[in-house]
Amino acid sequence: MSPAVKKYLSEQTDAATLAFFRLAFGLLMLGGIIRFWSMGWIRKFYIDPIFHFTYFGFSWVKPIGEWTHLLFVICGLSAVAVAIGWKYRFAIIVFFLSFTYIELMDKTTYLNHYYFVSVISFLLIFLPANTLFSVDSFKNGTFATVPKWTVDCIKLLLGIVYFYAGLAKLNSDWLFDAMPLRIWLPGNMDLPLIGSWLNKIWVQYAFSWIGAVYDLLVPFLLLNRKTRFPAFIVVVIFHLLTRILFPIGIFPYIMIVSTLIFFDAKLHRRFLVWLSNLLRLQSALLVSDKNHITDFSSTGKIKLVVVSLFLMFQLVFPFRYLLYPDELFWTEEGYRFSWRVMLMEKAGYTEFTVKDAKTGNQIHVNNSNFLTAFQLKQMAFQPDFILEYAHFLHDNYEKRGMADPQVYCKSYVALNGRLSRPYINPTVNLAKESESWRHKSWILPFNDEIKGL
Amino acid sequence: MRTIFGAVCLLIVLNACSSDSSGSSTTDNYDRTALLTHWADDIIVPAFENFQQKTNAQAEAALNFSNNPTQENLQILRTSWFEAYKALQSVTMYDIGQADASSFKEAVNTFPADAAGIESNVASGTYNLAPLSSYPRQGFPGLDYMINGLGSDDTEILSHYTGTDAAKYKQYLNDICTRIKTLTDAIVNDWNNGYRDTYVASNGYSVSSSVNKTTNLFTRNLEKDIRSGKIGIPAGLLSNNVPFPDKVEAYYKNDISRELYLISLKAQQDFFNGKAFGSQTNGLGLASYLDAVNAQRDGQQLSDIINAKFDAAYTAGSGLNVSFSQQIVSDNNTFIAAYDALQEVVVVTKLDLLQALNITIDYVDGDGD
Repeated sequence: MSPAVKKYLSEQTDAATLAFFRLAFGLLMLGGIIRFWSMGWIRKFYIDPIFHFTYFGFSWVKPIGEWTHLLFVICGLSAVAVAIGWKYRFAIIVFFLSFTYIELMDKTTYLNHYYFVSVISFLLIFLPANTLFSVDSFKNGTFATVPKWTVDCIKLLLGIVYFYAGLAKLNSDWLFDAMPLRIWLPGNMDLPLIGSWLNKIWVQYAFSWIGAVYDLLVPFLLLNRKTRFPAFIVVVIFHLLTRILFPIGIFPYIMIVSTLIFFDAKLHRRFLVWLSNLLRLQSALLVSDKNHITDFSSTGKIKLVVVSLFLMFQLVFPFRYLLYPDELFWTEEGYRFSWRVMLMEKAGYTEFTVKDAKTGNQIHVNNSNFLTAFQLKQMAFQPDFILEYAHFLHDNYEKRGMADPQVYCKSYVALNGRLSRPYINPTVNLAKESESWRHKSWILPFNDEIKGL
Repeated sequence: MRTIFGAVCLLIVLNACSSDSSGSSTTDNYDRTALLTHWADDIIVPAFENFQQKTNAQAEAALNFSNNPTQENLQILRTSWFEAYKALQSVTMYDIGQADASSFKEAVNTFPADAAGIESNVASGTYNLAPLSSYPRQGFPGLDYMINGLGSDDTEILSHYTGTDAAKYKQYLNDICTRIKTLTDAIVNDWNNGYRDTYVASNGYSVSSSVNKTTNLFTRNLEKDIRSGKIGIPAGLLSNNVPFPDKVEAYYKNDISRELYLISLKAQQDFFNGKAFGSQTNGLGLASYLDAVNAQRDGQQLSDIINAKFDAAYTAGSGLNVSFSQQIVSDNNTFIAAYDALQEVVVVTKLDLLQALNITIDYVDGDGD
């Protein structure tokens, strides 16, 4: 370990920052779980469907019937334990595992911010976020400071989310055609005050460009002490605006609260003191003369290596799309887990025919017999969904006595204001194709170009 | 930071400045209330009232025929049945409100007719026309069987209304006419007594708003009832590619399936263009809505593209035999070509149109990102 690295790892910062983040994160997650449940989405997304779209390599992760509710209970309780810092390490591991399991059950519900929650909660496993203002610290001793790198790596992840989301917007559709905002914004024409502006072309361009610049700059403006406060105001305005304009759930709140971590530790401490007084807690929860320093033992070093590798993975993984031919937005190979947020308006119309290999008899599939409206919508324009569903159809009709069913699909997809065009090669028997990391040659070419990153 | 803040300020200032001068050139707020008012008052209600008149005439003709079952009165009944059947094509897509609640569309036009079921109903004299299973025993397909399908010629058909079971046939004939009339009266009544206001008032953007629901019904009728029902199923495309000449609409009359198909397609296109019922002038509608949000594809107005596809499908349909049964038997491939032309309309409406207007199809919720 070079002296510079060792010096950096030895720098300390107020433990209040991590404690604040732990508390806010835990409570937000609890709120998210309760909201999800109260919307009736557990049943609707995970129990009612007869078929689930799984992630490559995780097809064993399935909902567990009515017991799926228990998963959410576990996830919610562990979020509470994280918030109050009770058996923190165990709680955050349980939260990470249960939350990630829930997200892996069906990729129909994939959202970047769910992935963000998994990423952050994985990182939190390795951070001493319970050393202050927690049940654990009350029992086992409070620390006044934690290593600065533990806060920095959360900032880095947040920076990646924003900056990569900004990079993804540097494409000709977004910048030069104001797509997809040109389609989405007029949908809010009935809003008071701003509604009538949303149908103006220049407003759609302005939103696109400001959005891209915002994403690219905001991590740096938050890092700089001078620009931090105005930047935060912009964060709040930006995310509340997106909340009004688009159905994006709790994501805006997660981002607003998370960016508070960029502020000076004094702010976090002041908040904790205020909260402590409000709840009439012992002031000892916040006072200590001990420092929680980086552990340079061999287990400590393993932890550092894991965190470093994880952060490097986060930096590199979103660029995997470069290894695939054709247009990323069209094939979506390398699209997910890359902070491509609100980036395209894509919809599809996909119908299947299943053919008996022996008799040649064929059946036109009524998709709504097998899929929910939500699944149907997502399946219609995403190749990995189409493939997995084709395999499901193969198995289903084989069970019904069809000999070696061949599955063909006719699919049309419209992307970012282009007229719909054929999407999947209708002569390819999808039952014989398999999921892999390789390019799916049965996706018909885009025959257009979206320039940029 | 300053730049962003400056840009935001600039935008606000620009907003404030230009608000006086703008307005004339751009269509801003798309007025969904005006759209719904036009749909309800000038299209949907007049279409249903027109259909109601025709069903009244049909019920009278049926009564007249049963009182006096002559060749001439049979012909009068057939004419009024055909007129009503044509008028039906303009209302099936408004499967909303009372029409939806009473399963109107299914009750009046489920085909092919269940001839054996009808005969057994007639024979027993006791039947319930309400359950799902009895849909193919009534409505226009049922009437088709009763006035065109009971024999190979008119003499044979008339013999059923004059023979030993005449009373039973007359009873059934009048019952199914009355049921069409009752269902229709209830729908018109509902529209004219409150539902129209409910419909217009639901002017929001949610899945359950009137614009979204009506547009969904527009695409669904085109896809399921016209494409699949009138062509796909008889052509054998939805099953084993074995055609079914007997599954066409109005099979017993036989020589009107093309006309009914073309009328239904025209009704869809007219609704798309917002033509008031019976008028040939474009009005507020999906096409003008697309233009208002400036929906362009490949350098053309999307509304023009959709109209061109409608026209192409209409042309392909016009080239078919007046009897789809005969078309299927003589040349199913030409029939399938008409299906393919219609399929293009289905894709461009269900996909491009809904996307351009940001209309969610069916009930999909959950967050996006």
